Amino acid sequence: MSVLVKIPTQLRAAAGGEAEASVEGATVQEVLDGLFQRHEELRVRLADDDGSLRRFVNVYVAGEDIRFLDGLATPVSDGAEVTILPAVAGG
Amino acid sequence: MAASHLQCRECHTEYPLEALYVCERCFGPLEVAYSRPGVELSVAEWRRRIQAGPQNIWRYADFLPAAAPPGPSGRLNSRAGLPAGCTPLIRADRLAARLGLKEVWVKNDAANPTHSFKDRVVSVAATRARELGFETIACASTGNLANSVAAHGAALGMDSYVFIPSDLEEQKVLATGVYGTKLVGVKGNYDDVNRLCTELCAERDWAFVNINLRPYYAEGSKTLAFEIAEQLGWELPDRCVVPVASGSLFTKIAKGFEEWRELGLLEGELPRMNGAQADGCSPVASAFAEGHDICRPVKPSTIAKSLAIGNPADGPYALDLARRTGGSVDAVSDEEIRAGIRLLAETTGVFTETAGGVTTAVLAKLAERGEIDPEERVVLVITGEGLKTLDAVRGSFEMHTIEPTVADFEAGVPEPLTV
Ligand SMILES: Cc1ncc(COP(=O)(O)O)c(C=O)c1O
Ligand SMILES: [Zn+2]
Repeated sequence: MSVLVKIPTQLRAAAGGEAEASVEGATVQEVLDGLFQRHEELRVRLADDDGSLRRFVNVYVAGEDIRFLDGLATPVSDGAEVTILPAVAGG
Repeated sequence: MAASHLQCRECHTEYPLEALYVCERCFGPLEVAYSRPGVELSVAEWRRRIQAGPQNIWRYADFLPAAAPPGPSGRLNSRAGLPAGCTPLIRADRLAARLGLKEVWVKNDAANPTHSFKDRVVSVAATRARELGFETIACASTGNLANSVAAHGAALGMDSYVFIPSDLEEQKVLATGVYGTKLVGVKGNYDDVNRLCTELCAERDWAFVNINLRPYYAEGSKTLAFEIAEQLGWELPDRCVVPVASGSLFTKIAKGFEEWRELGLLEGELPRMNGAQADGCSPVASAFAEGHDICRPVKPSTIAKSLAIGNPADGPYALDLARRTGGSVDAVSDEEIRAGIRLLAETTGVFTETAGGVTTAVLAKLAERGEIDPEERVVLVITGEGLKTLDAVRGSFEMHTIEPTVADFEAGVPEPLTV
């Protein structure tokens, strides 16, 4: 299954300048692992030592925050869009 | 004091004072850092310097991140744009008596140009945006920020784009569009609007005041603390009750007090900081109650739309602050919010919006629980105007409609009880 991952500007330098990456995976976890394999540098920036996402990292599947879904176990379908964004305060 | 750089709040990596907001190394939020002044000023000299400033937030320019702040009182610039701040601090004895307390003050930040505390943060962000060469300001808003960004765009001659949830209160929509901004109603809640704008921010050369300009924006909230302390005669209150949406305001008020304590301008402990949320959107209050140090996001459903942020980015810092100061973060129901609006209006003459209803209701709750020592000096931070959320009071009282005759008046209107 191929999923489109949207990479935030702050991470593009660590992702070879790419704004998007097409990655295989059936869950968010698998997709992120695929992304980290391609760009090892992204792993340390987005994930803590225990593998969980850092607390200021928000991940969305088709626009929905994965914390409202199944977290990293959230399934992704073929052609889905996974967006990584920083948390931003103040509204 | 002068702003020297941006710094990651988590890993302390330093960045230049540009339109940056996220640490590239750890994704933590960036904050403005200041260098100590080359010459040491005495406390008296600091006070004189501040008091010689204009009657708006720029009197605190030494503690704000603008390279060329509008300048001292009397200089044309200090009153250009849409000067915010220097709002009244009101001694609220009748409110205190109702709550069994002795000393309650109301900081009425509805008395700002667009009637909420957001003018403070937008003034700072828009000033910095201009310095950085931006021509367009923008924001994702729960309503009050929308009013303020649109108005500042008009005042400063900058283009503006304002993104709001499409179901906002009509008053807030009208009080935004009137300034001639490009107003975009997004079908979704604030967290959807915020996500969209964070994506757009990467694609457009705009200054989103609460995204890429967020470090500067956030500093504006410190001026509430500076004013409260100055208005109390250079003293700290014992406790502040403050509304919490993303948690930015709550944490930056404390930062303001802390900066002045470090300079020796204020003495004593940091006040107990009590955060206020609505039951229908209480991710920070829930985490506080459950002893967690991060917030689980929620889908908001409350009449307090200005506080309806389900995914509060400064939540962890707000929790830490409440715990560290012996405060709390509490939540109240929509019914209590309505009652809070009435309580404040009837005892102080201040008509606040739903966010102020939340804050007043949380103060009442703390007093009722006996958590406040009657000897404490308490400041209730009222951040917005009642005329913007009229639905919250509709139907809460009766109007007597009569023919224009004395007889009809006497028949139709009950006389006030004489004591
Ligand atoms: C009237 C009012 N009070 C308080 C807040 C809380 O702001 P913060 O997101 O900084 O917690 C807001 C935010 O939109 C607001 O409109
Ligand atoms: Zn960092």
